[in-house]
Amino acid sequence: MAETAVTGTPPQETAKPAVHELFVNMGPQHPSTHGVLRVMLKVDGERILDADADVGYLHRCFEKIAERRSVTMVIPYTDRTDYLAAITSEWAYVMAAEKLLGVEVPERAEYIRVIVGELQRIASHLIWFGAFALDLGATTAFLYAWREREYLLDIFQKLTGARMLYNYLRVGGVRNDLYDGFADDVHRFLKQLEEKLREYHDLLTGNRIFETRTKGIGVITAEQAIAWGASGPVLRGSGVPHDLRKAHPYSVYDRFEFGIPVGEDGDVYSRYVVRMQEFYESMRIVRQALRDIPGGPWQGDVPRRMKLNGDVYTRIESPRGEVGVYLVGDGSDTPYRCHYRSPCFVHLQLLGPMGVGHLVADMVAIIGSIDIVMGEVDR
Amino acid sequence: MTDWLWGLFQQWGLGEPAFNAFMGLIKGVLVVAFLAVNALLLIYLERKVSGYIQNRLGPTRTGPKGLLQTLADAVKLLSKEDVIPSGADRAVYILAPIVIFAAATALWIVIPFGPQTMVQDLNIGLIYISAVTGLSVLAFLMAGWSSNNKWSLLGSMRSAAQLISYEVPLVLSIVAVGMMAGSLRLGDIVAAQQGGIGNWFIFPQILGFIVFFTAGLAEINRAPFDLPEAESELVAGFNTEYSGFRWGVFFVAEYANLVAFSALAATFFFGGPTGPVLPPFVWFLIKTYFFILVAMWIRWTLPRIRVDHLMNLGWYVLIPLALINLGWTGLYVVLRG
Repeated sequence: MAETAVTGTPPQETAKPAVHELFVNMGPQHPSTHGVLRVMLKVDGERILDADADVGYLHRCFEKIAERRSVTMVIPYTDRTDYLAAITSEWAYVMAAEKLLGVEVPERAEYIRVIVGELQRIASHLIWFGAFALDLGATTAFLYAWREREYLLDIFQKLTGARMLYNYLRVGGVRNDLYDGFADDVHRFLKQLEEKLREYHDLLTGNRIFETRTKGIGVITAEQAIAWGASGPVLRGSGVPHDLRKAHPYSVYDRFEFGIPVGEDGDVYSRYVVRMQEFYESMRIVRQALRDIPGGPWQGDVPRRMKLNGDVYTRIESPRGEVGVYLVGDGSDTPYRCHYRSPCFVHLQLLGPMGVGHLVADMVAIIGSIDIVMGEVDR
Repeated sequence: MTDWLWGLFQQWGLGEPAFNAFMGLIKGVLVVAFLAVNALLLIYLERKVSGYIQNRLGPTRTGPKGLLQTLADAVKLLSKEDVIPSGADRAVYILAPIVIFAAATALWIVIPFGPQTMVQDLNIGLIYISAVTGLSVLAFLMAGWSSNNKWSLLGSMRSAAQLISYEVPLVLSIVAVGMMAGSLRLGDIVAAQQGGIGNWFIFPQILGFIVFFTAGLAEINRAPFDLPEAESELVAGFNTEYSGFRWGVFFVAEYANLVAFSALAATFFFGGPTGPVLPPFVWFLIKTYFFILVAMWIRWTLPRIRVDHLMNLGWYVLIPLALINLGWTGLYVVLRG
């Protein structure tokens, strides 16, 4: 660690160092960087003077690979961008393809997408809750969240055959219909989750140590958040009630009643509160969708050879923020260009503004609060 | 037993100094053996307790109910390559685990296993305790500084910062215990609490106990005060570069300190080895293990406190509380007559 620290490129120095500065590499091998993120920290003691994120350790050329695969063959790759919310990453892509191809999606398929999408949001937030608690040193909360997610993954496994990388959404619909008893399984899970969420609140929400660790840490104002292009819980944590499901409803989201939780202070705690409330909102949506889901086909008519023409940008609200897909077709059956807009990549740039002036321990809390998935940042 | 040995020594024409040295050696071996057995047991217990709290099973495979897991781990640690990082200050790096183990063991000289059963009933027992507990920080500093690793350095600096915030209230709360017993000798402290629960120091010293317990957890680096090795923040803190048996020594010393801290809490406030029916040593173990379990419960429930918050806690909360307690104790002792 010491060797790489010396050879690493420190952030540009502007003023003469008045204090004894230490340059520390937080990552790529660090327990709390959620994968292979490298944060270049300039610290005075433990006080952070400068923080800069270095990404690219997990780059897998997804966008380039997509240019050589047929439209359907790209879907498994999209799973692997945001692997904790595979459904939403698939969704953004198939929506783009559907718009380019002019494919109609049957209503039942849209409802199924909403249900699995929101369940995915719950699964993703469960991981966030656990990892965030672990970053703050609360090991038990981490394992509790893992336990609940396990039940959810079982449901996903029964539905799609896979536990994390589902390859479930298709252009024009979904791969298979809901299985018999799906609604019962989900209702049982939601009921259980409601009870367990109370446990989570007991463990962390009112805890004095937790509150002092998170309140007033990593503050980002609404103006800053908008200026940096933040989205999702980070933006809403700063008090901006912007949610693509409400602001630009896609799929059938305009048919459901749900609220947009917003935070007040834009600090780590606000983002925590927003995500904790989103659990409940997602549960509301899933329940409504299960109640209203119509019958009919789950896969629409699609051309046998999907030739993409023109370009389109679609965006959806993933658990982490706005996932966008810019898809360009040149008349062949592979995308000419497939660009992913990653919310985590945008949020990582906020590490500097959020972290300066705080301690190294706070940097861990901040990274946890923006809920990064390196697979999505590097793609 | 002692008389028989003394007779044997006289037979061989050896004087009292040789006898005392021999007895000291035996006691030392006994204490180290006690610590080693307890550490082995505690590591297993910690895994089981955390498993219980977290809806897991803990170790189950190695030996009956996983009892041999710690032993297997010890064998693994012993067979690992002994790595000393390049650029490390070798002498200090090697010395640090020895110092921490020495500090953890030295504390046990004065801890009473029974009413009069201890290695040495020093007449400055309390002062000795507060001096020795500070020693482990020296080992942390040595380990962190000699490792040539920035995370280690940050961890050891934290332990120094932590020291100045918990040591003062800790000593102040111990002073109150000494005032209650009218002696710095741990044997006298136990004797003063003999004769039923009513005589335990916990009742007049409830404030002192809270201060002692909080500061004590910080002193032995238990969560939520495990700042010098906060693994989610500082990778592994001061022992980032340590591996194999040297790391194992740090680990064992941590548990030895946990036992010592729990034993001290039991001795100072809960009558130590005194109790009805059962032999004193059993009472000692029951009380000690009660506090060990409480410490484990706390560790697996709370998030980690931040280093500056710990200093705030130490200076703004614990020290005033300890001072109030000191004043109250003085009043109590005078009124008691």
